[in-house]
Amino acid sequence: MSTAASDPNDLLPPDEPVHLLDPDGTYHADPDHPLDLDDGQLRELYRMMVVTRKVDREAINLQRQGQLGVYASCMGQEAAQIGSAYALAADDWIFPSYRELGAALVREVDAAGFLHLYRGTWLSDHDPYAHNFGLMSIPIGTQALHAAGFAMGAAFDDNPIVTMTYFGDGGTSEGDPHEAMTFAGVFKAPVIFFVQNNQYAISVPLERQTAAPSLAHKAIGYGIPGFRVDGNDVLATYAVTRRAVERARQGHGPAFIEAMTYRMEAHTTSDDPTRYRTQEELDEAAKTDPIARMRNYLTARDLYDQDLEDGIEEQAKATATAVRAGIYDAEHGDPLELFEHVYDDPTGHFDHQREQLQAELAGAVDGEDL
Amino acid sequence: MAVTLAQAINAALADEMEADPKVLMFGEDVGQLGGVFRVTDGLQERFGDKRCYDTPLAESGIIGTAIGLAMYGWRPVAEMQFDGFTYPAFEQIVSHLAKMPNRSRGTVKLPVTVRIPYGGGIGAVEHHSESPEAYWAHTAGLKVMTPGTPDDGYSMMRAAIRSDDPVIFLEPKRRYWMKSDTELPVTTEPTHEAVVRREGTDVTLFCYGPMVRTCLEAADQAADEGWSLEVVDLRSLSPLDTAAMVASVQRTGRAIVVHEAAMTLGIGAEVAARIQEGAFYHLEAPVLRATGFDTPYPPAKLEEYWLPDVDRILDAVERSLTF
Repeated sequence: MSTAASDPNDLLPPDEPVHLLDPDGTYHADPDHPLDLDDGQLRELYRMMVVTRKVDREAINLQRQGQLGVYASCMGQEAAQIGSAYALAADDWIFPSYRELGAALVREVDAAGFLHLYRGTWLSDHDPYAHNFGLMSIPIGTQALHAAGFAMGAAFDDNPIVTMTYFGDGGTSEGDPHEAMTFAGVFKAPVIFFVQNNQYAISVPLERQTAAPSLAHKAIGYGIPGFRVDGNDVLATYAVTRRAVERARQGHGPAFIEAMTYRMEAHTTSDDPTRYRTQEELDEAAKTDPIARMRNYLTARDLYDQDLEDGIEEQAKATATAVRAGIYDAEHGDPLELFEHVYDDPTGHFDHQREQLQAELAGAVDGEDL
Repeated sequence: MAVTLAQAINAALADEMEADPKVLMFGEDVGQLGGVFRVTDGLQERFGDKRCYDTPLAESGIIGTAIGLAMYGWRPVAEMQFDGFTYPAFEQIVSHLAKMPNRSRGTVKLPVTVRIPYGGGIGAVEHHSESPEAYWAHTAGLKVMTPGTPDDGYSMMRAAIRSDDPVIFLEPKRRYWMKSDTELPVTTEPTHEAVVRREGTDVTLFCYGPMVRTCLEAADQAADEGWSLEVVDLRSLSPLDTAAMVASVQRTGRAIVVHEAAMTLGIGAEVAARIQEGAFYHLEAPVLRATGFDTPYPPAKLEEYWLPDVDRILDAVERSLTF
């Protein structure tokens, strides 16, 4: 009998998160994490972060105007999401939680469609198979198992795709991510567990989630390497994820990445963060803003100018406008769709209930009391 | 040829794995050991350890990965080793397996079969004798079925695997060794239909799974008393075959629902409600229930006092007839 792990020290995360960009944009080359991005791709990472923030802000506005029931902002986490999602190939899959607007936009999921869950128009608007992007998963960490199973399924099929799942620091306390990492380790499934450590699970800070030296240290317990990265550094996030993805694609199994970031907004629009964190803390976190950092880097590389900014801003505005148009006063569909897609073969189920709703709808049309 | 329920289900698994290379069978101890009840005996040897494999001991993981495998395009059959160990998987079953096809507006199909040996009567240690069927039947998006005969064990198992809906397949473990004289393969009635196992004129016993045989024994004994009992095997607990239930009560005028599970808010409550809605003027007596008690499942030495048996059923029959 032997266990799969090689030298346990190979599984431990580095003492410090991988970091390539200082907040002022200074780039530190790291031979373990070379950048394989051309100038256009560097600008693209920046563009996607700016668009994400714009749409994110628009979503908050729409909630304030009563157009969304609630919204979970990803402000401050744009680099963690976009750097990681951009490291995947088009055939690779993502299983998100509910805060991954940035990753969704990388996958070209329609931004307004993404928000229909929050409006309550539909529970989901996108076809997962059209974007290789799973449904948003609200029960914390549960999607990690779907990702592990999907990756096992790809491996059983000798299909060299990689699956990535997102969850948060709070998610690492739930049982399902642990079971997912157990399965992934045992079956050597090509899956990346990407944790956005944004420091809070609603109001509860990281120190109440774990006594581990870091979240990435947990990975060793499953025979999985744990990596840590500065999640507000889009280049480092990209490079670390890229390395883990290629490792998985070559058959070396799963990886766990802890991206250190900070949730700049409330947990959701229903939350009041002034009850659990200070303005000083927010001001401090704002200094590590991922977008400003990338802009500084592009400027230093002479890849940024006002024309670029104007073009991106115009596109971000257009996207936000489209989101507003798609969401504002959007009608729900046919109420009778309630009974659709519950069963592939609904034989015997709820026929009378459908008829009842039909009658209620007819009564409403006739102006009768329901 | 004499076939036990366990052998019939095993044969169905093997035949479906043979017919469809996308079918996977996995769970705890289902590989080399062949399952603690030997229901998966020989499958790993025949189909290899990629088609039939042992998982880590983690029920939520078994169901959660089944969902991912199904999304990829496999057709998973997942075994929960015992009824009382399905609860760690409750969230994956209720929040994802049952809902995802609906949440995705039909873009995701989850053709997952969850096999669960269930029920008591084998003298097992605690947590090994539960009847959790009402939880699943209460959950929209799941189909719930349970065979009461070896023939149904074979035919319904194959239908469950072929279904594009998630199916909770409840196997009455005390009947695993029950035999019938059957030539496999056999095709029985469609899974959503209830079946009259014995025709009668005085009272209908509605039952399923482990209680089908008990009700047939009760009907035999009742005949000695001069009572003619009809026995209806519900087979499908979601959906319920309301038409068959109503038709039987229209013939007999009296109904008793029999199940091992505790009485309150069990399947019997739903059956009784549907009968009074659909056959109110045919009823000669209230619909009665002969079930387990509203207490935790008892220690093995007490289970004979807890489980409904022929006496409890016939007592209910007498109360119905003398109402």
